[in-house]
Amino acid sequence: MAKRIVVDPIPRIEGHLRIETVLDDHNTIAEAYSSGTMWRGLELILKGRDPRDAWAFTQRICGVCTTVHAIASVRCVEDALGIKIPDNARIIRNLMNATQQTQDHLIHFYHLHALDWVDVVSALSADPKETSEIAQSISPWPKSSPGYFKDLKARLTTFVESGQLGIFTNGYWGHSAYKLPPAVNLLAVAHYLEALEFQKEIIKIHTIFGGKNPHPNYAVGGVATAIDPNADNVINIEKLSMIKKIIDDTNTFINQVYIPDLLAVAKFYKDWGSIGGGLGNYLAYGDFPETDIHDPGSFLWPRGAILNKDLSHVDEDVDPKDLSQIKEEIAHSWYTYDGKADGGLHPFEGQTNPKYTGPDLPYEYLDTDQKYSWLKTPRWKDNPMEVGPLARVLIAYVKGVDEIVDTVNFVLKDLDVPAAALFSTLGRTAARGIECKQTAGFMKHYYDQLIANVKKGDTKVYDSSMWDPERWPKEAKGFGFTEAPRGSLGHWIHIKDKKIEDYQIVVPSTWNASPRDGKGRSGAYEAALKGTPMADPEKPLEILRTVHSFDPCLACASHVMDMNGNEITTVKIV
Amino acid sequence: MKKQQTYAEIMESRGIDRREFMKYCSLLSVYLGLGASGLPKMLKAMETKPRIPVLWLHGLECTCCSESFIRSSHPIVADIVLNMISLDYDDTLSAAAGHQLEAVRKQIMKEYKGKYILAVEGNAPTKDNGVYCMVGGDSFLNVLKETAADAMAVISWGSCASFGCVQNAKPNPTGAQPVHKLISGKPIINVPGCPPIAEVMTGTIAHVLTFGTLPELDRLGRPKAFYGTRIHDKCYRRPYFDAGMFVESFDDEGAQKGWCLYKMGCKGPTTYNSCSSMKWNGGVSFPIQAGHPCIGCSEPNFWDNGPFYSRLAAVPFVGTDSNADRIGMVAVGAAAAGVAAHAIGSAIKKKSADNDNEE
Repeated sequence: MAKRIVVDPIPRIEGHLRIETVLDDHNTIAEAYSSGTMWRGLELILKGRDPRDAWAFTQRICGVCTTVHAIASVRCVEDALGIKIPDNARIIRNLMNATQQTQDHLIHFYHLHALDWVDVVSALSADPKETSEIAQSISPWPKSSPGYFKDLKARLTTFVESGQLGIFTNGYWGHSAYKLPPAVNLLAVAHYLEALEFQKEIIKIHTIFGGKNPHPNYAVGGVATAIDPNADNVINIEKLSMIKKIIDDTNTFINQVYIPDLLAVAKFYKDWGSIGGGLGNYLAYGDFPETDIHDPGSFLWPRGAILNKDLSHVDEDVDPKDLSQIKEEIAHSWYTYDGKADGGLHPFEGQTNPKYTGPDLPYEYLDTDQKYSWLKTPRWKDNPMEVGPLARVLIAYVKGVDEIVDTVNFVLKDLDVPAAALFSTLGRTAARGIECKQTAGFMKHYYDQLIANVKKGDTKVYDSSMWDPERWPKEAKGFGFTEAPRGSLGHWIHIKDKKIEDYQIVVPSTWNASPRDGKGRSGAYEAALKGTPMADPEKPLEILRTVHSFDPCLACASHVMDMNGNEITTVKIV
Repeated sequence: MKKQQTYAEIMESRGIDRREFMKYCSLLSVYLGLGASGLPKMLKAMETKPRIPVLWLHGLECTCCSESFIRSSHPIVADIVLNMISLDYDDTLSAAAGHQLEAVRKQIMKEYKGKYILAVEGNAPTKDNGVYCMVGGDSFLNVLKETAADAMAVISWGSCASFGCVQNAKPNPTGAQPVHKLISGKPIINVPGCPPIAEVMTGTIAHVLTFGTLPELDRLGRPKAFYGTRIHDKCYRRPYFDAGMFVESFDDEGAQKGWCLYKMGCKGPTTYNSCSSMKWNGGVSFPIQAGHPCIGCSEPNFWDNGPFYSRLAAVPFVGTDSNADRIGMVAVGAAAAGVAAHAIGSAIKKKSADNDNEE
């Protein structure tokens, strides 16, 4: 008889996600249902506000990827008002974005994803000498002596014996799906703690340019932080030197800790190179312009789409402004369109009328034949798409971006797996590491660009020509986007009479975590979970592995925006 | 119950020597506004108290508070979550999932009845039976009330839990309400900010842990040690304000010389926080130093007190010895602040706040 497994809450993600699965007789996932269980209604809150403030509101959609909504927002306002930002502003935003991606991926690997692969309790029986030998064989990272690991093991033992396990309480320790030997588990625990300490250093670049992190400040028209090598109150050589040191340290950490750990752990889980593939359709808007955001040809992460795992071709006709390309459906989402329970709309024509029709609270199961999520269901050219690091890496790989081709080939060779292994849970997790190495390199690249400009006397960071709303057209529309850590993010704005008339967002986790569409087709999470064998359905570790490989961000996903002034309908619990 | 270690024992077992331990306590003592005289008391507490269980719930929020928390530079976050407290439930960091995670919450509520701290990040939507935020098949509103019932004290992390923040901004479509409007009969500490400064968060926990009492709170339920003065009062650009030298546009001459951002809409004069003294991310900078006006993210209803780039009509008082209790009522948004102050005052005095849900 079919067994239904519910995992709610899903921990180590942003926001509130629920997964329901149906298992077959062999404990393999036959069906999966992904439900976003929160909604904040920011669309109505933004209406009528100053477009120059929108970055701050939308930034609060997510405090994890705490810069991407702000970037997409200032870009959409600038697009609407025809503002061309100075080159230094382009560089600084790119640097902040690369900093965000690098730091976010590092936290994801160690603090949100690692415990799906690493058995903390097993580390207690490790031989520190063996751990040291492994560490020194895979990396020149200096914290690798037998004494270092012996000390860590002793501290870990004391911690466990205290009887207060804190965040490690009730984990699936001892689960048969954990495959790492104790020595490697101890190594991973050491780096869990080191990465926790190091991540806060990377993000200081945001503090220098944005004043704080999380939620650094942005400005429509450029950046607010002035540069003057001969002044004491702004960005001068002291701050630039701090940035340089952070960038160097970051590259060292990624290359000497993250990447060697990723490969070392992956070697024990090569079977996951054929599990969790899912859709096989990948989409990226692209980002990191070398010239201007309106010049996709200059993007370091290229734009494009791959369908049906076809690594011979990238569809370059990706145009989020084209009303026919992107549609958001609501067949299984708790919303209506013009009073109807079904249909698909482009974000420019979007509506958000929440109408909860799920079971009374508290409930045991959702009615997945009906509506079952606060997330909508976006489709590109009528295809369900996966977005995120794997999509970006595959598109760059097929388009022949040199460093990506080299790194991907190195990883495939090191793990001794074919390219097809990329279409998997393991591939998704590996792609995030490959991308992190790449964005850490971007940080260096942008630092060099900034120095080159300042050296030749260009310190301009801001264009004030359209700051004054009196100069704005009566009405304007714009589109802004970025490649967020979790995938392609788009903001659409409609400005009227100096105020926000309409503001819409389609975020990465909505693409990936969406419920089924009108044709009954699954989104990326649901498709990836299907066919996964479970060792112990009472301890659904395998579900966490695949869901975490996407790095869910549900506060983002449930904020599909629309500001047509639709009143929130009174929700009647049926 | 197994033997519980004191903070000092844990530090010792982690190879942190006495000198380092003293240094940490001194720093903490200064940040908590205790000065050198508070040090012996803090040392004693650190050496005798076991780790307090903390249940950290997430409602409608963006997780910026958790992200800020893990940026803490002193003490470092590994020490906090592994040694200083026992963070037994936290959606963001917990290893356990689903019903196993919920079981931890219920177990702590039972075993440590009246002895655990409830930390809340985000707030609860109250409209339509709470369907806009559901956890484990129930409304977050119910989970919050259930978990608060036997808590020793409640910490409201960030502006969401303290005052409502962005989802509570007009027209508040989900009926989101801050914690103090939903929980009564419990001491509640508000730690506002979007997010709060990392060391303010860890400092607040350290205060409770060290002294076994709540920190002294102002009329809005905020620790006086961190929210006692306005950003304006300790801003290094204050001399330019007094001299009338202002930035008129980003990247203009004034911006390049680091003049006052008042005319760019800076809310420093009406915002109580430690940004200009403690600064952010280990003392690297703060918004004004990075050239952007303060948006007042730790004040009640700051989203509706904008637009952000419009200058304040008047700066209420310029003396450096003013504090929120004395002049809060004349600040921008005085009416709204008054409502919140009343509600928090009631909660702390353990009066019923049930009839206080008006907005």
